[in-house]
Parts: sequence; C-alpha cells; structure tokens
Amino acid sequence: MSSLNQYIDLFEHNRRQLYDSSPEVFNRLRPAALSALERLGRFPGKRDEGYRNFSVDEVFAPDFGVNVGRVSFAVDVARTFRCDVPNLSTLLGVVVNDEFRPTATLLKNCPEGVTVMSLAEAARRYPDLVASRLGNIADNSSASAALNTLLLQDGVFVHIAPGVRLDKTIQIVNIFNASANLLSFRRVLVVVEDGASARLLMCDHTQNTDNDYLSSQVVEIFLGRGASLDYCDIEESSERTSRLSQMYVSQEADSNLSVNASSLTVGHTRNEYRVDLLDRGASAEIAGMAIAGGNQLVDSSTLIRHLAPYCHSNQLFKYLLDDNSRGAFEGLIYVAPDAVHTEAYQSDRNILASEGARMHTSPHLEIYCDDVKCSHGAATGQLDSQALFYMQTRGVPLAEARMMLMQAFMSDVIDRVRIDGLRDRLRRLVERRLNGDRTTCGDCAASCNK
Amino acid sequence: MANDNRQTTFDNADQGSEALRNVTQNEYKYGFVSDIDSDIIPRGLNEDVIRLISSKKGEPDWLLDFRLKAFRHWQTLEMPTWAHLKIPEIDYQAISYYAAPKKKDAPKSLDEVDPKLIDTFNRLGIPLEEQKALSGMAVDAVMDSVSVKTTHREKLAELGVIFCSFSEAVKDYPDLVRRYLGKVVSYRDNFFAALNSAVFSDGSFVYIPKGVRCPMELSTYFRINASGTGQFERTLIVADDDSYVSYLEGCTAPMRDENQLHAAIVEIIVEERAEVKYSTVQNWYAGDSEGKGGVYNFVTKRGLCRGDYSKLSWTQVETGSAITWKYPGCILAGEGSVGEFYSVAVTNNYQQADTGTKMIHIGKNSRSTIVSKGISAGHSENSYRGLVSVAPGASGVRNHTQCDSLLLSSTCGAHTFPYIDVKNETAVVEHEATTSKISEDQLFYCNQRGIPTEEAVALIVNGYAKEVMNKLPMEFAVEAQKLLSITLEGSVG
Repeated sequence: MSSLNQYIDLFEHNRRQLYDSSPEVFNRLRPAALSALERLGRFPGKRDEGYRNFSVDEVFAPDFGVNVGRVSFAVDVARTFRCDVPNLSTLLGVVVNDEFRPTATLLKNCPEGVTVMSLAEAARRYPDLVASRLGNIADNSSASAALNTLLLQDGVFVHIAPGVRLDKTIQIVNIFNASANLLSFRRVLVVVEDGASARLLMCDHTQNTDNDYLSSQVVEIFLGRGASLDYCDIEESSERTSRLSQMYVSQEADSNLSVNASSLTVGHTRNEYRVDLLDRGASAEIAGMAIAGGNQLVDSSTLIRHLAPYCHSNQLFKYLLDDNSRGAFEGLIYVAPDAVHTEAYQSDRNILASEGARMHTSPHLEIYCDDVKCSHGAATGQLDSQALFYMQTRGVPLAEARMMLMQAFMSDVIDRVRIDGLRDRLRRLVERRLNGDRTTCGDCAASCNK
Repeated sequence: MANDNRQTTFDNADQGSEALRNVTQNEYKYGFVSDIDSDIIPRGLNEDVIRLISSKKGEPDWLLDFRLKAFRHWQTLEMPTWAHLKIPEIDYQAISYYAAPKKKDAPKSLDEVDPKLIDTFNRLGIPLEEQKALSGMAVDAVMDSVSVKTTHREKLAELGVIFCSFSEAVKDYPDLVRRYLGKVVSYRDNFFAALNSAVFSDGSFVYIPKGVRCPMELSTYFRINASGTGQFERTLIVADDDSYVSYLEGCTAPMRDENQLHAAIVEIIVEERAEVKYSTVQNWYAGDSEGKGGVYNFVTKRGLCRGDYSKLSWTQVETGSAITWKYPGCILAGEGSVGEFYSVAVTNNYQQADTGTKMIHIGKNSRSTIVSKGISAGHSENSYRGLVSVAPGASGVRNHTQCDSLLLSSTCGAHTFPYIDVKNETAVVEHEATTSKISEDQLFYCNQRGIPTEEAVALIVNGYAKEVMNKLPMEFAVEAQKLLSITLEGSVG
C-alpha cells in the first residue's frame, strides 16, 4: 500500500476542520488536488524515472503528525533566534513549522509596495491576487505538490509591486520545533511584478532535534517583465529533518532569476526546480552546493524549459560527499522548437571524499531547435592528489591542504551569491561544516546546528 | 538509382539552407527485393512455432529448453516504453518468425549459390568474390537469418579459429556454444532479448583460441529479405586468453513499405589480455522521406571483459533503420580491462534513434572511453542514452565521455540522456556534451575560401565524424564514408 493513502485518510477525517480554519482561496483548490491524488494513487518511488535515488514514497511513509488543528508551538522569536548575517540588515519573517510569524522589524520597516506576510492572511486580504497565482504553476501532476495543495494551511506570501526595487533582503527563517514527529506543508508564493526586484533569503533550522521532521515545501515564483529575483536557500536543519522542496518558476520577458541553494546539514533532501522561460530575454541561473556526511542524501532535480527565443540559462551544482552520504543530480534542459538563440548550460561537479560515498548524475538535454548553444558536463572524482602533494611540499599540512582545496571547490558556487554579506557568511559556514564543528553561530541561541 | 525522386520543392530557400536540404535528402540507394525462394513458416508465435524452428534446425534438447524458457519469460514482459521513441504498436503475432532461403544442398562453391543472391551482393557493391580476393576478409554472408556461404574457413581453421554460422556451431561445437550462450545477455535481460532467445534463427559464432591473433578481419553481411519476416540474429564471439580479433558487421536491406522488426543479440566474451574490436555499419531501410516503412532495429549488444587486462571496442556507424534502439555495452569485470565506444548516429527524415552505451565498471583500474556523435536532420529524433556505473569495489576507475550533437534542420531533435552512478571514491568520471548547428561563421569562412556551401557542409560533417570514422578498419571506413555521403551529402559526395 502506498504511503499516500494515510494522507488522503487524514484529509477525509479532518476535512471539516481544514475547511473551517482556511481561507476560501485554499479550499477551492482542494477538490482538484484530491482527485489528482486519487488518480495518481501513489507517490513516486525508486522505480520511477526521475526518482531513482529519492523515493518520495519512503520519505512520506513514517507516521508523522500533521498540525491540522493549528496548535501553536511557543517560539519566542526575538529572544531565541537572531539568525543575523553581519553587515546585512534584513526584513525578517519567521515560519514556525508552517505558521508564518512576522517580526517587529518586518512590520515596521516594510517599504511601500512590498508585502511580506502569512499566505493565509494574504488569501483573506487579497483573495483575487492570491487566487490568480496560487496553484497556477505548481500543478497537480506531481503527487507531492498536489498533497501540499490538499493539506495547505499557511505559508509565506511575498509581493513586490511593479517598478519597486527593494534594497533590503527579505529573510525568511524556517524553524522546526514540535513535541512530536512532525510533517509540515509549507507554501511560498512570490510575485515580483513588472520591473520590480527583490532578494530573498530562506534558511531552514531545527530547534528540537530529538524528533523527526519532514517538510514538504512548494515554492511558486512569478517574475513579470524585466523583474529580477535573487533567491538564496540554506539548509541547516538536522540529520533527522528531511525535506522535499519543489520550486516552480514562471518568467516573463527579460526577467532574471538567480537561485543559490546550499545544503549543509539535513537528513534526506530533494530540491526540485522547474523553471519556465516564457518570453524573450528571460534568464535563469541556478547554483547549488551540498556538503554531506553521515547518511545524508542530497538530491537535486532541475527542469529548465526554454519556450521562447533569446533566453539564457545556467546551472552549476557541486557536491562534496563524505562518510556514507549519497548525492544525486538529475538535470534536464528542454528547448522548444521555436526557441532560437537559446543558450543553456549545465554543469555538475562532485567530490567523493570517502569509501562509502555515492554519486548519481544524469544531466539530460532535450533539444528541438537547431539554433542553440547548449552544453552540459558532469564529473565525479576526488581531490587532486598532485595539488595536495604540491601543498605538502610547501609545508602545508595535509589536513589543511585538503581543507583549502575543498573550500576552493565550493567557492565557485558561493561566489555566485548576489547578497554581499551572505557570501562571507556562507564561506564561514562551509568552513565550519568542513571542520565538523557544529556549534551555534554567533550569538544565536537556536540550537539548529546540534 | 533512386536519386531521381529527390524532392526539390524549396523555392525561396536561401542558398545555405538549400544546400543543407539537398545534402539531407537522398533516397535509399539499396532498395530492391531479390526474388529468392524462401522457406517461411506461418505467422504467429507460440510454443509450437518455437518447437518447429528448433526442429527445422535440428537442434539439441538443451537449446529447445533455452528457447522455451525464454519464450515463457517473454510472455510475462511488456514492451519497454522508456526510450525517447514513438514506436507504433507491434503485433508480434503478425510476424513470421522464420524465413530461410531454400536449401537445395549446402553449396560447395559459388556456382552452387543462387545467382540472384550473388547478384544482390553485386548490386550492393560488395561482391563476395572480389572482397575475398581483394581485401582478404572472410565473409560469412547471412541472408534472412541462415548462413548460405562461408569463405576462408580453411585458412582460419589452420589457426584453430572457429568462424561459422550459429547453427553449424550448435552442431559442431555444442559444448562451446552451451558454455557461453546467454552468459552475457541472459534471456531475462529485456523484452527484445527474451524474444530473440526464443526465436533466434541464425547468426555467427566466433571462437579465437588462446594466443591467436586472427590474421584477417571477420565480416558478416546481414540482410533482411523476405517480406513480412522478422530477423532475429544471434552472434556469439569468444576471445580466449591473449587473442585478438576484429569483427565487422555491415547491414543493408531492401526497400519495402511494411515495417520490419529486427531484434538481434550480440554477445562477446573477452578473456585475459584478449582484445575484440567490433565494428558495425548499419544501413537498413529507414523509410521514405514521408516516414513510411523502414526497419525497427531493437538490438541488445553486450560484451563481458571477463579477463584481466582485456579490451573490447565498439565502433558503430548508424545511418539506417526507421527506429533504432541499441546500447552496445561493456561489463568491465577484469582488472585493468578497457571498454571503448565510438559512435556516429545519423538520422534523417522521420527516423528515430535512441542509442548509446553502458559501461559497467566492476574490475579495479578498468577504463572506458565513450565518443558519441549524433547528427540529426529533417524531422528526425536522435538521442544518446548512456550509463557509466562504477561498482563499490572498483577502485582507480577512469571514464571519459564525450557526446556531441549536430542539428541540420530546425525541425529535428537532438537529446542527451546520460546516467552516471559512482560508488567508489577513487573513480574519475567525466562527461561532456555539446549541441550546436553548423555555424554561419564556419560556412562563411569556407565560402570565402572558394568552397561551395554544399561542399563546406560535407567537409564540416565529415570533420565532425572523423574521430569515430578513424576507428573503423580501413575496408569499412570506405564503406562508412560512402554511407554518410548517401545519407547526408547526396549532391555533394
């Protein structure tokens, strides 16, 4: 029996409560999601193409609690958590499990034309705006996305009005904290209207690390004409936290997307990116890195669809795999018949640092147009022994030499981060992660690294 | 021959694309049916048919058991759908599973061979006699599954080399066949392998004894002839310790409207320090320019580099077939064993190809190289699909893969689907792929130097495929280049 059934049962049992506590906009999406799930019948597993290394079925199989009753877990954000990045003042919002909580600075400092709020609240306040976007690109063909819609209760809503260029970074801190094993359905809806720009920093943390967590996250991003979004995603939760994140992006002409994802500490994680370049001149850059140890599993899956001429995309993924960790990358560039002058690149580089580490790569191209420049490359290997030897002959101890090479390896991805203060921060996080040092960062009281 | 039918309906096309269209439109030159009496059993497939095939060939019981086991397994399978191919539904009960040219008596000299058969080969430009005399190759001509003529047998026999049809091998060397049959491609391997194992009609068997370097290139010409028959070849090559053999396989088929199914199996076993070089030029009928007709080519080819320091090299030039589904692979089990795959796949009109290789690294320090060049034109779809897998115990593995695609029209597709699984930290595995069209700059440069556009395209395509063409044996390279010209360069070549 598929693990999907228990969630459909859960929905049936709590239907009344879900409908009562949610805005109309959410409820309207549920019947279609339910019938899609009943039709699909199961989550994809390892025998399904595209999921060979990450069984959604298995990840959802354990008996997680779902916070249908909206029990509020006490997290005093201001006191326990200051995930600050030096030299970076942000508009900070916190998501506890799936419940959005604004901070005082956010409420006070949010400039005109910028909306950062709870998705449920937004659905009540601006029902038409939310209804026109929500569930629009995250369709029900994926079982996990459909389930996210079926059990959706809250999330984050970010809206940037036309022409508004937001200097400050919006930071959303996702914290897991519950008294039992918990599954949360998180939803993020980002709309950057024509000519607007924004930077969004998301980070995942786990506070109570004695429980198992699973987050099913669906991110929908709409970029209008000439809009620009820098999206940074840092996973620093716990080894007992798993994540299935599905990002759907729709880009109009001349829009620009930059995604930078870092998986540092997490259990099993799968990040899916589905980017549609709909009109001329749209460009997307996706960079991902992972440092994995223990029994971690890091899986990334991309689908970049070039549907119009003169679009550009670039993907770079770098993994460093230690202990018994496993990495997977599955990328697909699709170029539609009329998408002339497409430039699309994809690169996947991996280092296996231990005997038990495994890497699976499938960089795919599907091209139906002749006037394109497309390439992909994939390499899996180890640290360059000659470089290590050279450094040792110059008096650099082996451990340090290894560290330097590993940092240099990761710097390609970190250098692509467009949020200034964050680059240094990430470098330090990587260095600490490579050292195996999992102490808390700075003056932050959250035990997210333990 | 059939060139007169070439379409020239592109009135206002500019010169460059005109040339491109010209070179990508040339109809199949080898389209004709030779009227030889065939011995055909009724259409359909069941255990009785398999028993009939087996008894017609006078096979021992163990081989009949093998066929029946495969058939029973095949019945539990469904046709695979994962390839990037649109395959019309195939009615396996509407196919006749056995067609053999009628035997009067085994021919002892060329005079006894049906003159029409000789004529067919002559029209193909590969006269048996000439080839025998000029190139020194031993040709085992296979026509509709049954070997009708074998040459150079005696010369090879002196060295202990066995090169004969599969059915002869079953009669004369049952122990060898039994020891190796199905050891690399099990009947359980896949749908088409199971089908072939159940109904295979004939094929070639090669055994190179220890320490023997085969003095000539072994060659077989496969043809599908009788109308409405499938062809189920089975090739088994065994290279014992320290031996070497270069095996060539070339295919041409007559023109016909009905689709024909071809599901072959090639098994190669390479022992210690032995080397096998397997080259293919495949030019079965690809259907006409409307996509009508053509051969379905669903082949399972695999080699097992069992011995330490053994080497297996696949070279293929794929220009024919309406649909190609083919992944010649190497299981690199021996320490320091080497696998190579060089491929040029050309698709034109409505052809579809999903082809590539599998390199399974099990042995320590095993190495593999993959060079795949895809050329698509017309409305065709050309996919590279490959697997490089490194087992946990296989330390020091090295792989380099390069797969390039060249698009010659705006309506074709070029796809790349590599899979790379690395389970050992000392492995170095690299994959590179590019997709592009012939750039205007390149054409302009050639024009500037006085090279007409047509020739420039030919030049560039030839240069693009050269890396693979160079790996073909001399005799074959000529034919392959001719084929590339026929498929792509018509007015140029």
